[in-house]
Amino acid sequence: MVTRLLVSSGMGRRSVSVTERNVATLRSAYWIVMVSGFLEPVLYLFSIGVGVGGLIGDITLPGGEVVGYAAFVAPAMLAASAMTGALSETTFNFFGKMKFMRLYEGILATPVRPIEIALGELLWAMVRGALYSAAFLVIMVVLDLTTWPRALAMFPATILVGFAFGALGMTVSTLIRSWQDFDLIASGQFALFLFSGTFVPLAAYPAVLRWLVEITPLYRSVHLIRALSTGTAGWPQLLDVLYLLALLTVGLTIAGRRMSRLLCK
Amino acid sequence: MASLIRARGLIKRFGDFTAVDGIDVDVRRGEAFGFLGPNGAGKSSTMRMIGCVSPPSGGVLEILGLDPVRDGPAIRAKLGVCPQLDNLDIELTVRENLTTYARFFGIARKVARRRADELLEFVQLTERADSKVEPLSGGMKRRLTIARALVNEPEIVLLDEPTTGLDPQARHLVWERLFRLKQQGVTLVLTTHYMDEAEQLCDRLVVMDGGRIAAEGSPRELIERYSTREVVELRFNAESQEPYASKLEGVGERLEVLPDRVLLYVADGDEAVAEVHRRSLSPASVLVRRSSLEDVFLRLTGRTLVE
Repeated sequence: MVTRLLVSSGMGRRSVSVTERNVATLRSAYWIVMVSGFLEPVLYLFSIGVGVGGLIGDITLPGGEVVGYAAFVAPAMLAASAMTGALSETTFNFFGKMKFMRLYEGILATPVRPIEIALGELLWAMVRGALYSAAFLVIMVVLDLTTWPRALAMFPATILVGFAFGALGMTVSTLIRSWQDFDLIASGQFALFLFSGTFVPLAAYPAVLRWLVEITPLYRSVHLIRALSTGTAGWPQLLDVLYLLALLTVGLTIAGRRMSRLLCK
Repeated sequence: MASLIRARGLIKRFGDFTAVDGIDVDVRRGEAFGFLGPNGAGKSSTMRMIGCVSPPSGGVLEILGLDPVRDGPAIRAKLGVCPQLDNLDIELTVRENLTTYARFFGIARKVARRRADELLEFVQLTERADSKVEPLSGGMKRRLTIARALVNEPEIVLLDEPTTGLDPQARHLVWERLFRLKQQGVTLVLTTHYMDEAEQLCDRLVVMDGGRIAAEGSPRELIERYSTREVVELRFNAESQEPYASKLEGVGERLEVLPDRVLLYVADGDEAVAEVHRRSLSPASVLVRRSSLEDVFLRLTGRTLVE
């Protein structure tokens, strides 16, 4: 139904045309930005997962399964990189295009609507994120941190994580006043990265903080992907999926509305 | 014939500020229609409403018989927009700026490439096709923006201050291209605060001031209606030109005192100059010229267009 609506109204095609514009920019120096996005989680995996992991030994999962520390951290790095990729594209790049390049003013003079720009940019963030995820999953399998079938299950999950954070990032972008606000975003992002059950199991946090961690989007993402990676997925992961879908829908709706208000005065 | 653009009592408000205050406009197919007025007259706000990127605050607006709020995408598919500030894509090359833009209209890639080549030829940028946008001169950027506005073969082209900020040579090149478009039957709607631009390009125009329309007609009609055939500009070597007003009483039909000169509105310039000398006045400089839209604007608003 939704697909048919997208196609018949031209919404899908117009959104994709915005994505195409970004593909065209790849011929410029933009690819450097993309390479750096791939390297970051890999560096974390090796330094902390493999390096520090050697000192820590094994971790016991909530269900009782025991895994090596690298196998515990790797899915979290995967989730975090899906988040980082989506956020960098939808905050920093998106804001720059909207405010400084005046790119969207030009696009809005065509039949493309604000919500379609948002969708197109989000789709682009996902293409980029999917490439990172695929590369990282290959590394995980090669290092024997997960198996091929599990990696295949994790791939769509990382896409969902990316979409949800992309929509969130876009909403945040429409609220940003100046470049200084990016420091706030970076701090928030780093806090999420450190305290979302990424490096230690949830049980290690004080009880009062646990519920706070549990409602953060990155925790839900890590929770989902780690379960898939270690083969322990069950009903609780359905909650993660619903949480991320809700974030995606709400984020995209608000972003589209705010963009209309900012650009179509 | 039905109007391509029809506005009745059109209003645009931003908070307490009324930028466009109830204007009536009809633009007919194939004509070049201008909004002439100083900065802040409400021209750009009007253009943005016509471009369907700014919802009207009141009144009626129809473009190609459609409602800009409800049918925005359908209308924009048939418009070409050249904004006041260039918003070209600096991450793409000159040619890619056209081909990518064509995709926003759903034009097939192959058609887009062919059209881009034709348009680059038209705006004389073929040699810069693979260059980035940034190193282009202001005139080249503006021509590229005009080419971009034509990529969807629009029925109406909207040009907001098409030559503001360009040097004289670049301006003439832009005018010449726009004139060519007009000859091809494209409907042009432009805003300007240059009277010479309005005179060169517009078949019909409205003079805007403070969000309202002060007058409407062809440049010639407006000049005939609101000014005399000739104007004598006198500059006196004095602190103020004001004292000369009374001494020049009755020389022309009307006179205007500006900070640096006195304008005499007359039917015959040479005759008037002779009269000035008969009154033993000796201005430092004397210039006799034809009336222009600048004079119309001065008459209508008591102010000059470009301060």
